[in-house]
Amino acid sequence: MNVNQQPHMASPYGQPQPGYGGGHVPAGYPAQYAPYNGPGSAHQQGPPQGMRGPPTSGAPPVTPAQNYSQFGQGDTQNGPPPMGAPPQRPSVSQPYTPGAVNLSGPQPPYNQQFGALPNSMQQMTNQMASMQVGSTAPSPAGPGYAPPSVSHSPVSAAYTHSAPPTFPPTSAAPTHPPPTEGVAQPPPQSYYGAPHSAQQSFPNAAPAYSAAGPTHPQAPPPVSQQSFPQAPPVSQPPFSTGPPPGPIPGPRTHSYGGPPPGAQASFQRPPLPASHPAAFPGGPTSHPAAFPGGPTSHPSAFPGGPPPTSAPSQMPGVIPPQPPVSQPTSYHSGPPPTAAGFTPQGGPPQRPPLSGMQAPPHMTSQGPPMVQANHVPPSQPGMPPVPPNASMSGPPPQPGLQAYPPQQNGAFGQVRGPQPGYAGPYAGQQNYGAPSAAPAPAPSAPKRLDPDSIPGPIQVIEDDKANKGSEPFTTGVRGQAPPLVTTNFQVKDQGNSSPRYIRCTAYNVPCNSDMAKQSQVPLAAVIKPLATLPPDETPPYLVDHGESGPIRCNRCKAYMCPYMQFIEGGRRFQCGFCSCVTEVPPHYFQHLDHTGKRVDCYERPELSMGSYEFLATVDYCKNNKFPQPPAFIFLIDVSYNAVKSGMVGMVCQELKTLLDYLPRENPDMESNIRVGFVTYNKVLHFYNVKASLAQPQMMVVSDVADMFVPLLDGFLVNVQESRVVIESLLDQIPEMFADTRETDTVFGPVIQAGLEALKAADCAGKLFIFHSSLPIAEAPGKLKNREDKKLVGTDKEKSLFQPQVGFYNTLAKECVAQGCCVDLFLFPNQYVDVATLGVVPTSTGGSIYKYTYFQAPTDQERFLNDLRRDVQKQMGFDAVMRVRTSTGIRATDFFGSFYMSNTTDVELAGLDCDKTVTVEFRHDDKLSEETGALMQCAVLYTSCSGQRRLLIHNMAVNCCSQLADLYRNCETDTIINFFAKYAYRSLLSSPTKNVRDSLVNQCAQILACYRKHCASPSSAGQLILPECMKLLPVYLNCMLKSDVLQPGADVSLDDRAYLRQLISTMDVAESHVFFYPRLLPLQKLDVESTTLPVAVRDSEERLSRGGVYLLENGMNLFLWVGANAQQELLQNIFGMPSFNHIDPSMTSLPALDNPFSKRLREIIETIRTQRSRYMKLMVVKQEDKLELIFKHFLVEDKSNNGGASYVDFLCHMHKEIRQLLS
Amino acid sequence: MATYQEFIQQNEDRDGIRCSWNLWPSSRLEATRLVVPVSCLYTPLKERPDLPPVQYEPVLCSRASCKAVLNPLCQVDFRAKIWACNFCFQRNAFPPSYAGISDVNQPAELMPQFSTIEYIVQRGPPTPLIFLYVVDTCLEEEDLQALKESLQMSLSLLPPNALVGLITFGRMIQVHELSCEGIAKSYVFRGTKELTPKQIQEMLGLMKPATSGQQGKPLAPHDDSASCRFLQPVEKVDMNLTDLLGELQRDPWPVPQGKRPLRSTGIALSIAVGLLEGTFPNTGARIMLFTGGPPTQGPGMVVGDELKTPIRSWHDIQKDNARHLKKATKYYEALANRAAVNGHGVDIYACALDQTGLLEMKCLANLTGGHVVMGDSFNTSLFKQTFQRVFGKDYSGEFRMAFGGTLEVKTTRELKVAGAIGPCVSLNTKGPCVSDNEMGVGGTCQWKICSLTPATTLALYFEVVNQHNAPVPQGGRGAVQFVTQYQHSNTQRRIRVTTIARNWADAQSQIQHIESSFDQEASAVLMARLGVFRAESDEGPDVLRWLDRQLIRLCQKFGQFNKDDPNSFRLSESLSLYPQFMFHLRRSPFLQVFNNSPDESSYYRHHFVRQDLTQSLIMIQPILYSYSFYGPPEPVLLDSSSILPDRILLMDTFFQLVIFHGETIAQWRKAGYQEIPEYENFKQLLQAPLDDAEEILQTRFPMPRYVDTEHGGSQARFLLSKVNPSQTHNNLYAWGQESGAPILTDDVSLQVFMDHLKKLAVSSSA
Repeated sequence: MNVNQQPHMASPYGQPQPGYGGGHVPAGYPAQYAPYNGPGSAHQQGPPQGMRGPPTSGAPPVTPAQNYSQFGQGDTQNGPPPMGAPPQRPSVSQPYTPGAVNLSGPQPPYNQQFGALPNSMQQMTNQMASMQVGSTAPSPAGPGYAPPSVSHSPVSAAYTHSAPPTFPPTSAAPTHPPPTEGVAQPPPQSYYGAPHSAQQSFPNAAPAYSAAGPTHPQAPPPVSQQSFPQAPPVSQPPFSTGPPPGPIPGPRTHSYGGPPPGAQASFQRPPLPASHPAAFPGGPTSHPAAFPGGPTSHPSAFPGGPPPTSAPSQMPGVIPPQPPVSQPTSYHSGPPPTAAGFTPQGGPPQRPPLSGMQAPPHMTSQGPPMVQANHVPPSQPGMPPVPPNASMSGPPPQPGLQAYPPQQNGAFGQVRGPQPGYAGPYAGQQNYGAPSAAPAPAPSAPKRLDPDSIPGPIQVIEDDKANKGSEPFTTGVRGQAPPLVTTNFQVKDQGNSSPRYIRCTAYNVPCNSDMAKQSQVPLAAVIKPLATLPPDETPPYLVDHGESGPIRCNRCKAYMCPYMQFIEGGRRFQCGFCSCVTEVPPHYFQHLDHTGKRVDCYERPELSMGSYEFLATVDYCKNNKFPQPPAFIFLIDVSYNAVKSGMVGMVCQELKTLLDYLPRENPDMESNIRVGFVTYNKVLHFYNVKASLAQPQMMVVSDVADMFVPLLDGFLVNVQESRVVIESLLDQIPEMFADTRETDTVFGPVIQAGLEALKAADCAGKLFIFHSSLPIAEAPGKLKNREDKKLVGTDKEKSLFQPQVGFYNTLAKECVAQGCCVDLFLFPNQYVDVATLGVVPTSTGGSIYKYTYFQAPTDQERFLNDLRRDVQKQMGFDAVMRVRTSTGIRATDFFGSFYMSNTTDVELAGLDCDKTVTVEFRHDDKLSEETGALMQCAVLYTSCSGQRRLLIHNMAVNCCSQLADLYRNCETDTIINFFAKYAYRSLLSSPTKNVRDSLVNQCAQILACYRKHCASPSSAGQLILPECMKLLPVYLNCMLKSDVLQPGADVSLDDRAYLRQLISTMDVAESHVFFYPRLLPLQKLDVESTTLPVAVRDSEERLSRGGVYLLENGMNLFLWVGANAQQELLQNIFGMPSFNHIDPSMTSLPALDNPFSKRLREIIETIRTQRSRYMKLMVVKQEDKLELIFKHFLVEDKSNNGGASYVDFLCHMHKEIRQLLS
Repeated sequence: MATYQEFIQQNEDRDGIRCSWNLWPSSRLEATRLVVPVSCLYTPLKERPDLPPVQYEPVLCSRASCKAVLNPLCQVDFRAKIWACNFCFQRNAFPPSYAGISDVNQPAELMPQFSTIEYIVQRGPPTPLIFLYVVDTCLEEEDLQALKESLQMSLSLLPPNALVGLITFGRMIQVHELSCEGIAKSYVFRGTKELTPKQIQEMLGLMKPATSGQQGKPLAPHDDSASCRFLQPVEKVDMNLTDLLGELQRDPWPVPQGKRPLRSTGIALSIAVGLLEGTFPNTGARIMLFTGGPPTQGPGMVVGDELKTPIRSWHDIQKDNARHLKKATKYYEALANRAAVNGHGVDIYACALDQTGLLEMKCLANLTGGHVVMGDSFNTSLFKQTFQRVFGKDYSGEFRMAFGGTLEVKTTRELKVAGAIGPCVSLNTKGPCVSDNEMGVGGTCQWKICSLTPATTLALYFEVVNQHNAPVPQGGRGAVQFVTQYQHSNTQRRIRVTTIARNWADAQSQIQHIESSFDQEASAVLMARLGVFRAESDEGPDVLRWLDRQLIRLCQKFGQFNKDDPNSFRLSESLSLYPQFMFHLRRSPFLQVFNNSPDESSYYRHHFVRQDLTQSLIMIQPILYSYSFYGPPEPVLLDSSSILPDRILLMDTFFQLVIFHGETIAQWRKAGYQEIPEYENFKQLLQAPLDDAEEILQTRFPMPRYVDTEHGGSQARFLLSKVNPSQTHNNLYAWGQESGAPILTDDVSLQVFMDHLKKLAVSSSA
């Protein structure tokens, strides 16, 4: 179960590795890891899983020693034998020490080989360090591990054994590698990738180990083992030679050993884990990964294989590898269990994978026994034993222990195995581990999985940060997945668009539609054409091709881009999309160099960059006329409710200053944007603010049935020229309507008014509508209250998401035709039918902001910040977006805020820097692996200065003929983003339940397909998740629990409709945090640090009563204060001496002069600036009634609405997958 | 008895009445044989400085179907305190307040000299006058500026308590709210969408909110002020409105090349009517439309905005080629009727070089008694002074305007009223004295005249219904009573009652008497009104033929001649001028559309059917004065022979005032002799017609077009087109060396006309 397939992990790494491929050196981390992982993983995988399995499974009970021994045997058999299986074994007994020794021994070789290693080493060390940090935290877990450590000896033994065996296998693997080599490298890399994860795991493991001082020693040994395994894969080429295994391990070990003692320790630990069960977690993982990489399937196979093969006794050995695998990912826990589970069932199947590893098979044979060990024991045996022991030995390990028991109990018992691993890895674990709570649960629900043992987002996020955050991401290499959205990284545009503009669900696209169908992995790109770049990245260059306009392919009209191949000495070019050959216009001619590149390639952004802009010619303009500068029109509701809530006064006051900050391209110039003002209740008031007037003039239009604009000259004005009049107007509006009794409002005519004004001025623009209530006044677009909670949950529920009248759809169409973008600010006190009011904003590229029960004092800041940002942000008007793709795939479906009048052109009346468009692709032919799949997204728009431009984003991805490649190069966050948009749109046409079911179903199919085609054969009871998708279940569960798909009784229809529409334009970063909120612990905040504290998982169990946490999801920001929070902490934050003095209604923290308060407020500011909407701070006191709301965001827990907890959901998914497989 | 001339004059002075016949034929048959119907011109509010109004209610006949007012013709039994109605013979007791009545103590209404008497009555609270300006902003800058100044000036002329409102229009219509402070507010409507009165009132926020039931009382005052937002007392918003007018801008919507500005006159008027209808029904009010061009969009549009499509001409209309004509006319008629029902008058001040759609809009003024003023530009004295004169005051300092009048006609049994022609609408009141035959606006005995001036004159046509064999009551007299109720400009409600009587005459035995009682001036005007009225609906030639036939029949009836001998034809003095009037009428712009745009025709006809007899005659046959060194100024024949080189001519056609310098005079003037002291007399000669013209200008409403021209001048056409073309290029040489100026025309001259007339009149075959 737990075993996440490292393969995926590997893949990520793999990519890095490619880079490394050249030299391991390049990517310090990857390389290092890779090596480690590779080798280790390969072997270990099988074993690790098994290993972990054992631990978790409660292998403890199982004779860990045996397991180990078994493993050991197995392992030893595999590779290490020469290495000194003996030593290892001894080490095993003395696990660590020996391991260390071994390591030392082997390490050297590695070092030599890697050469680069030092760096990597360092990095490793660093990582380790970090890991350690994590681990330190885990240390508590350590205890848990500690037990393992105890067992370690045995483990080590096991490892040692295993190590040897592993090598052999590795050697076998090597064979594989060779073939792959060229290619193989990647795989290994992938393995390595796994390793990385593994590393992570290591750290974790390390911590665990670290906790157990002794364990560490053990760890080393395992490491060495790992090294072996790794060595093979990594070095595969080198390894293949034979020595590799040995050396490899050596190097690593060396590295480990080499590093400062501390480092070593840490390293060792990791390695240890890898090698041993404990080691496994870390090392193993890597190993597994490695294995998988080699034989993609292998990994799994290995894992499976080893455990089974190892048989109970062997299992341990085998298991160890697996554990590592699982370890890297949260899976570790999984793997072990799986191993366990597999052992029983899959033992044999696993073997097959081992096939490569003959030894493994044997192991497998042994496996059966393992099975017995069972599930739990077996896999864990190796590992488990330790844990158990540990647990047994020391209560502290409890977490681990507990974990195990539960696993054992549940089908997931296997999972338990991994759990231990996980437990180790998770920093949070420490807490947990430490917390008595953890133990408690275990006992209470023995059946339950230990949450620590299942894949956790935080771990993945932190790993990615650690691995990818430091190096710039270059876009030149096709098919590599970018760092996660949660990672800070710099992008270098080398021919493909930055991931800030385009993120794909998969960077390796299946070559044909059969594969795509089989995998069920959606092929989609989330495009954010106008994304804001960090200051250190250059915005797209502006290219002017002169009067004849941008150079384009004659046939498909694709724009000049790096994929155009110049031929015939540069006189023609061949289109990368449709292969058509087009003449190069004389003014664009340039000679080619000896490689066939144009000489000016690097001088022209369109030939060397992924993103750039063309200056459009008049042919690209509406009516063949250059556009007028756009206009902003502010339409303010002045009915009773709006005035009373304070909104009107606030808007008017704010606009006075805000108008100085209208978007402009050149900061020194005045903005070209003109502004106009309208107020309305059931009639509309236009204002003439012509500069020549002494006083503004109000023009009332009561003919709302047939809206028109009463004036032309003087309505849209330049802010500078009419400043005095405008200020006078904004001063007077609140006064004029202060005594209004009018409660009815109109809405349709308001939009019409803005639209007509833009039409009259013949320009594009944006409407800012500030609206308060359901438009019930007699007018077009009049609505009635249709909120009927009884419909929720029925087949008619979907009608509530559909607009109640068709009027707005027609209106939206007209708006789009004119380039009239509508932003809607809602201030409702009751139902306003967001589903209907939102039609126009969502069809015109606008946004909706909703401030329910708006109260000036508390919501002012949030609203004004949103308004400021909305007014100031860069945007394009009257845009058309077209996505062209290379032959073979086609953009078939689009999601976002826009309108489409045909099947290809996405029409956006307005497109701002926060809007994304998600595009789904489907095959309509076969793709070739050589050319890959290309896409070009061209956005024609009018800039805020009225310039017509073409923004081009190019993206190339690889095509793969192996499903494994697909699974290795995909991005779960993006997939979830796509699923959410897809599901939320489906709500319009299908009952909510169907939508939910089909989501679960599709995910199950994706995972089942992986299991069937990519994972090494293993017991059906084992849950194997692709490394890249191991978070799919947790995120999917979050999505299923969202208010939209599973509303609680307190969630209004408006809220659901609002969120539904909001999601449709979210980019990956926003959707990620929206579904999985960020929960930052503050009690141990490092006031000197400039980085945010490491988040913890969204579960109540992770909250300590003595802590203070910050939770944000892009919409809400909570400060949760534990009931036992230290007085000093409270004093620092609130300036209040005690918990009881805290006022839960405060919306901002007092500015106190202490470093903690400053830092905390800084953090809050940082978080707010990261999001496109301002989040109001809510202070939640533990056990206060507000806590219910807060708990809603602890998405790993069971929700009040009936949403499953993560653990439960994972079980459910597993069941689904098993059903699909059987 | 004095001569009929004196009698007629006396009657006119006292009652404002001119009858076609002053003896009435006693039977229906005889009456029809007289050709010119029994009819009269009545000026209801003729200025009577010598007639102080009485401050009590009139005494009415108690018969429900009669309700005639006690008058000098009634028989009174002072002792029984009973009076007999002279229309229905009902015997009525005097009301208690007349207890003191006696032979020597008679109330005014019984005195013969008070055949016309005016009562001031109390009818509800006095309501202020209302002036609603509807201003076109699609004007040239210069025009708009002039108009703005005129409007600002007019504020000072209005009675201080009068309510004013302002609507401006161009492509859109803005109804300005006058009560607010700070930001100037206006309600805007688009010019293309027809709105029901209810919608308009809703959109202006004039409807009482239906939901305010529970808060009704506290809201009430608020509502009142709300309904008045657009109409405020002048004294209160004087400054405000002056500023508002000052800030008026030209319509901001761009007018592309080759297009007319979009002008939503139709909707603007409908909103104005709707606004008053909703706020002040049945209260005296004037809607004053100032427009500088034709309506070009929305309902009531007269011409599209494409300049390449010219506005309809008579030619187009005759060819049925005016696509908007019928629709627009119908639209404005509907509006006019609505305004009339509510007693609101509509004035049209149209100043443009091209047509402005008066043809379509004329009914607004025609049916409500409003003014129509047509000029070339708002920046001319013609407009400025005319407009100023609208607010002219009479001898007692009262505005020369009255509102919401109704005219009721009662007749004795032998007579029935067949119809009226003038600025009125029928109130559709059936009664015993309503004839089945209609002449003009008939079928009723009551008409509404929403806006009156002292000059407003109606033509009323009667039918003698006494059968031929019925005995004429011995010494009996036919009587007609006109009861005019109206709102005086000082907001009083008043009733003016005029009762007239004429003797019956047996046409067979007393034909000479009847002939001598013929009032040819009145008859000419009355027949002309009938002709003009017909011309509105019939083809021009048909009307001319009808007029000719009537004239021939009249000549046959009263002429003395030998059969088939044209030379023997003679007419008595009382009819001698009549053919000449008819000759000029045939040539007048009221019936001839040649050389006139449809707008001009409408304009001329509008004024023709409302002016009093004198003015009407001037319109039919312009007056020509001649100034020379040979004697004092003298009226001369309106004939080309009067155009002599050494004369200065002054022609008054009512619409134009032409000073024409003969060839010699013109040369002298050019030579500057008038500047030389020795030729002081020449200077005086030049000055004389100017002084006379000035005098005419002072009293005329609307201001005539003032033309100063000379022999050979282009503007001399005004004169040449009016004079009888006795000398033309056809007969110039035949007439030898007669002085005078030949007129280049094929029109028949009076001489030819008369020859034909005689020939036809004496023809036995006719």
